Amino acid sequence: MTACVTICPIGTVEDEIVGPISRCIEEKCGLTCRLSQRMESPEYAYDKGRAQYNSKLILRRLINELPKNSIKFMGVTRVDLFVPILKYVFGVAQMQGPCSVISTHRLSPEFYEEAPNQDLFLERVQKTALHELGHCFGLTHCRDRHCIMYSSTRIEDTDLKKMDFCPSCRGLFNWYLDQAREDSQA
Amino acid sequence: MSKKPRILIVDDEAAMRESLKDWLMEDGYEVNSAESGEVALKMAADKNWDIVLLDLKMPGMDGIETLEKIKEINPDAEILMMTAYATVDTAVQAMKEGAFDYLVKPFDPDEVEIQIKKIVEHKDLVVQNILLRKKLEEKYHYDEIIGKSDAMQEVFELIDRVAPTDSTVLITGESGTGKELIAQAIHGNSTRCYMPFIAVSCGALPDTLLESELFGYERGAFSGAEHRKRGRFEMADKGTLFLDEIGDISLKTQVDLLRILQQKEFSRLGGEEVIKVDVRILAATNRDLKAAIREKRFREDLFYRLNVISIHVPPLRQRKEDIPLLATAFVQKYCLEMNKEEVKIAPSALKLLMDYDWPGNVRELENIIERALVIGQGQRIEADDLPFSRRDGAPDELPKSLKKMESVHIRRILHETSWNISKAARELDIDRQTLYNKIDKYGITKEEI
Repeated sequence: MTACVTICPIGTVEDEIVGPISRCIEEKCGLTCRLSQRMESPEYAYDKGRAQYNSKLILRRLINELPKNSIKFMGVTRVDLFVPILKYVFGVAQMQGPCSVISTHRLSPEFYEEAPNQDLFLERVQKTALHELGHCFGLTHCRDRHCIMYSSTRIEDTDLKKMDFCPSCRGLFNWYLDQAREDSQA
Repeated sequence: MSKKPRILIVDDEAAMRESLKDWLMEDGYEVNSAESGEVALKMAADKNWDIVLLDLKMPGMDGIETLEKIKEINPDAEILMMTAYATVDTAVQAMKEGAFDYLVKPFDPDEVEIQIKKIVEHKDLVVQNILLRKKLEEKYHYDEIIGKSDAMQEVFELIDRVAPTDSTVLITGESGTGKELIAQAIHGNSTRCYMPFIAVSCGALPDTLLESELFGYERGAFSGAEHRKRGRFEMADKGTLFLDEIGDISLKTQVDLLRILQQKEFSRLGGEEVIKVDVRILAATNRDLKAAIREKRFREDLFYRLNVISIHVPPLRQRKEDIPLLATAFVQKYCLEMNKEEVKIAPSALKLLMDYDWPGNVRELENIIERALVIGQGQRIEADDLPFSRRDGAPDELPKSLKKMESVHIRRILHETSWNISKAARELDIDRQTLYNKIDKYGITKEEI
């Protein structure tokens, strides 16, 4: 079986977003991407008190829907995500697990009251996807501000980093990838 | 911190606990969580946690109580309080109890990261301080010798300079100033350090015995010489020979010594074989050798042979700034030996130590600290634990009886000279036999000293 990452749109997500994510993962990770069926809008995860969506509940739904022929499964949503302890997250992932979910909500320049910029927006989406995928393969945050695995707590962090792993994270990623491939063939 | 900090999360809400744990694990921290203060205390007892993220409001043991108890178990743990109900009061109370800071739930993602970075930097600073203090302490220590005074720092510099050479060194200073430690430091920092360091207390031996000690003897050299014996010079070959109390040797031994220093060879008593040795000589005295030369009791040529380099160890009264450092070092030494927990020195006791004149120098200070630790039972050495009064700096209140006074004084001198009879007799200005008679008379034993 070839190592494959499945991308799952959750609710209304434009194809113009999913396509660049796939291309970025294929180019930077050497993994094949495929698109799964769209999932319903995650109203089950809506928290009235916070007017946000609990990413942990979405992640749980993804785990239940895990496709059989994929080594990683990534949800993409437009809704604003949180984890209970934090005010917001750009995305969450199962550390060294199959599932992750990213939100485009806080990635658009408009969210920060800036002029629309589709290229910048897509670049942020790709970076966030690559970062969460790194966690799924077991990578922790990196100290190198330019590495894709540098922790993004603010959008400026995302903008500052490059769309690639630093040499040491790259080495680790390849090692984890080999392990995942061996496991999937076993 | 050289390693990633170990973090414990304490929160009764599983969702909070788990989401924070996942978030921190993405940073590569070793993270664990506890659902209550009670569980957290057990975990704190089992393992050292660098950082504890602690919820303020929990059923059962609340955050403040848990904070106090964790600090008791692990004072180095830094606590970050978490609360959904931030009020100035609770925050101030938590900080008063020793919390590092507090966070309001839910946090901004970078808030927790910034706080953890702050703690790591703070802990690094603490470690740096400890290392710096240690470095400073090392500066004030030269092997076993301690001193931060300018006079002692000069001595340390001199040791540094003379140690690697083969020069003869004459170490002068009052009794108890640590002349043998200086000699050991010179040897220990020389190229001969892996070869023997042999010390001879010249003043402790009668002339004939000293001669046989230094040069050895052949079988039958004198009555009782049943077999050949190597002398200290032979034993010290390739190493260092330390001749303590050199000012007390007889004129005859001075001549023999001079010959060895000049020719680097000698014969054992009663022997003809010429023995060549490679020995570095270090000598020490508490006598004024120049006065002894004037009085024709010491050979001038030998003096100049020995006094190639001289190191003078100042008496303790001239370097009182070293007293706190020395006293603390002796407290640590004897607490370790006596298996006692660390004892502090009360300011009033330290004042007494600083005011006293220390005729017996560092040795006397060491003895007094040891005595205070034996007598005192508390966690501090108090002024009452010291054997001299504040008023006159004199020893314990003097006995009225002349006999008792004499016995106390002899005991003190024997104590200061570590039962070195010759030295004690000299200090008391009586001959050795008289001293023996008095020891018998007052029933003084070596064990009690």
